[in-house]
Amino acid sequence: MKAKFRFILAAGVLGLLMTGPFALTALLLCADAKDAERAAFAEFLLPRLPLGGLMTLLGFIGGVILLRSLFQQYVHGLLRMAETLRLMLGANRNFRVAPEGPPEIRELARAANDLAQQRDELLNDVEAQIGQAKATVEEEKNRLAALMSELALGVVVCNLDGRILLYNSRARLQFKALAQGPTSMSGGALIGLGRSIFSILERGQITHSLENIQQRLRRGSAEPTANFITSTRNGALLRCQMAPVLGRAETTKEEGVVTPIGADLQVTGYVLTIENITRNFEREAERDQALQALTDGNRAALGNIRAAVETLIDSPEMEADYRARFMRVIADEAAAMSGKLESTMSRFADSLKTRWPLEDVLAVDILAAAARRIEDKLQLPIKHESQDASLWMRVDSFALIQAITFLASRLQDHYEIRELRLRLATEGKMVFVDLIWSGTTVSSETLYTWELEPMNVGAETSPLTLRDVIDRHGGEIWYQREKAAHRAFFRIVLPAAATPDAAVIDQAQHLHSDSRPEYYDFDLFAARDAAGSGIDPERKLTELTYSVFDTETTGLQPSEGDEIIQLGAVRIVNNRLLRQEIFDQLVDPGIPLKPEGIPIHGITEAMVNGQPRLDVVLPAFHEFCAETVLVAHNAAFDMRFFQLKEDSLGVRFTQPVLDTLLLSAVIHPNQESHRLESIAERLGINVIGRHTALGDAFVTGEVFLKMIPLLADMGIVTLRQALDAAQKTYFARVKY
Amino acid sequence: MSHRILIVDDEPNIVISLEYLMKKEGFEIAVATDGDAALRLASEFRPDLILLDVMMPKKSGFEVCESLRANPALVDVKIIMLTAKGRETEVTKGLALGANAYITKPFSTKDLVVQIKSLLE
Repeated sequence: MKAKFRFILAAGVLGLLMTGPFALTALLLCADAKDAERAAFAEFLLPRLPLGGLMTLLGFIGGVILLRSLFQQYVHGLLRMAETLRLMLGANRNFRVAPEGPPEIRELARAANDLAQQRDELLNDVEAQIGQAKATVEEEKNRLAALMSELALGVVVCNLDGRILLYNSRARLQFKALAQGPTSMSGGALIGLGRSIFSILERGQITHSLENIQQRLRRGSAEPTANFITSTRNGALLRCQMAPVLGRAETTKEEGVVTPIGADLQVTGYVLTIENITRNFEREAERDQALQALTDGNRAALGNIRAAVETLIDSPEMEADYRARFMRVIADEAAAMSGKLESTMSRFADSLKTRWPLEDVLAVDILAAAARRIEDKLQLPIKHESQDASLWMRVDSFALIQAITFLASRLQDHYEIRELRLRLATEGKMVFVDLIWSGTTVSSETLYTWELEPMNVGAETSPLTLRDVIDRHGGEIWYQREKAAHRAFFRIVLPAAATPDAAVIDQAQHLHSDSRPEYYDFDLFAARDAAGSGIDPERKLTELTYSVFDTETTGLQPSEGDEIIQLGAVRIVNNRLLRQEIFDQLVDPGIPLKPEGIPIHGITEAMVNGQPRLDVVLPAFHEFCAETVLVAHNAAFDMRFFQLKEDSLGVRFTQPVLDTLLLSAVIHPNQESHRLESIAERLGINVIGRHTALGDAFVTGEVFLKMIPLLADMGIVTLRQALDAAQKTYFARVKY
Repeated sequence: MSHRILIVDDEPNIVISLEYLMKKEGFEIAVATDGDAALRLASEFRPDLILLDVMMPKKSGFEVCESLRANPALVDVKIIMLTAKGRETEVTKGLALGANAYITKPFSTKDLVVQIKSLLE
């Protein structure tokens, strides 16, 4: 625009230069001459004026043509060259200016290329040295990665926000097996760097385990880890062990979660080892049944036999027909016992040993945690009375706290109690946990019904019943009244645990020991969510997580019935294209493919037959893209297809969308082509596997990553700035 | 006068022994085979002692025990719980709910008789 302005100005000046001196001379002569001379002059001049004017006009046109060619060659040529020079400066170091145009420009281009060459040599030298230094670090990281991928246990590392920073292939396989929906859907749709672990594991359980660990750390426990069992959405059982990741305290202003431990070390995240024990657990339950059948099942029969035998021995005077009845009892019960023994032994044979991990915990810790949870969730005041602080019990602490909270919420809902007291007592090898309230009495029947209901508190649901939790601990629960004090209580009896020996070691020594593995030094731990996990448009482009996608379709007219036949996507996290975190799915469009499209996308009828329909794929894709910014080339086209399906499929893509086509026009307004191939070539990206949805998504992703620093050079740093700039170009392009 | 004993159990194979044993000791006997019948007979038969099985269909021995203890007219009746489950927590529960003694199957008939007599003294 500016150049065009200057061109018009220059043409104007040229016009003035060509007519001005003549006109001025004529004016001066006129002013000097006498009337007669002036008339003669005019008489001589006027008829010849058209000729002069024509000559001037021709000269002017010639001048403008010359000017225009000079402008093209020098001004536009230099502008184009400046753009390519900027490219060499940033995105594509190997790019060189093509020497074209007039000799001076060509000379300038050659000089610039020589300079670039010199710079490249210097840079290569520096890079080689940096590369060498990095290689050692890389090697260590790779060794860790190899170690992790060999592990038979699933390993996931998270920061305190529950964002996944690292996972191994075993974890990926385990979660993939848990993923619902079509099986070919992106590997373990839910696990991925930067994704939230809470989509897989229950948030309450993680938070609770973290609290447990921090309590242990504060007490200086030698093993600050926590175990828990959790069930996933599709009913699988996972056994998890959580170990804290300790780091130097950064001067962060975090609320609550981060508790300083010892000399400025604090929990910055945690490592989860995960094992799918669904099968084991089924076996275990079977084994329990077998044991139960062998012991409790035979007690009654043995009791019957023993009573009968002893009666027989003690009663020699017994009549014959009575004696015969006693004998029959013995024979029947003995036969029944043998049969039962036989069948239980055969079932017992293939059961394996797995247990719900019951942990030894301080009873007061559990009550404190339960009290916090009840006050938090139910706003019910809690008082503690006569609690023996030295009592240990063997429990699944999460389930037990859930049970206590559940009882509290029921009491509050049905009997409107104002306050709950928690008491601890012990007898022999048992610990009593009492929930005491005054006034209202409850019937035992009520407790019996509560025992069998799932322990749901507010929006929090649990697959377990109170009875399940009690049985899991081999405990009991009942309702009792303290008439004199006008109080009543529920008593939960649990097995006591032996008080652990002085397992407490010097805390400082533990925390500062040299054995702490070095591989906790990933800087990913520093990444913390901004307020909430939504997409804040003021965040920097370099900080956001993206889903770069592309579609292949039956044709170019979504409104005229064209359909999506392939969806491919790849994630960008922390400025890296994660080639293993992909979405790659063929879709059965439900309509015949157009023959003219097949050579372009290479997808045939046979390939889409039997593939899932879009009503299955789009929701899965929507989940894959959750909490990320969408990126696509010519995104408006793909988004049209999605938007047409929004109502019928109930899936709405509300996140921001960035279009690499528009961004390219923002960065290089003077380039003619903004096709994906041209941009990739300009930015020095090798194009392979184009025209599959995933292949194009890869190229688009790489293009986008190269664009981020170029945009930053133009002052476009945040998401909002990028969206605004793209929109401006969009309107600019529409006007033309 | 002889003491009255109510036997509550749904298994005929143990009832036969208990019944014979108690008669031999000179007690008056009534038998109930479920929890509801036990509560009815407790009022009608007016036993001095109840042998109460825990595992029964419909109403468990625990529930019967609680109901018995809730009735002021039956405060003095002694209750011995018999169970095929030997867990300590259950024993504690039975005693907490008002049973006088708790006997786990299999048991010695001699011990049972001794226990009954000592409770009735």
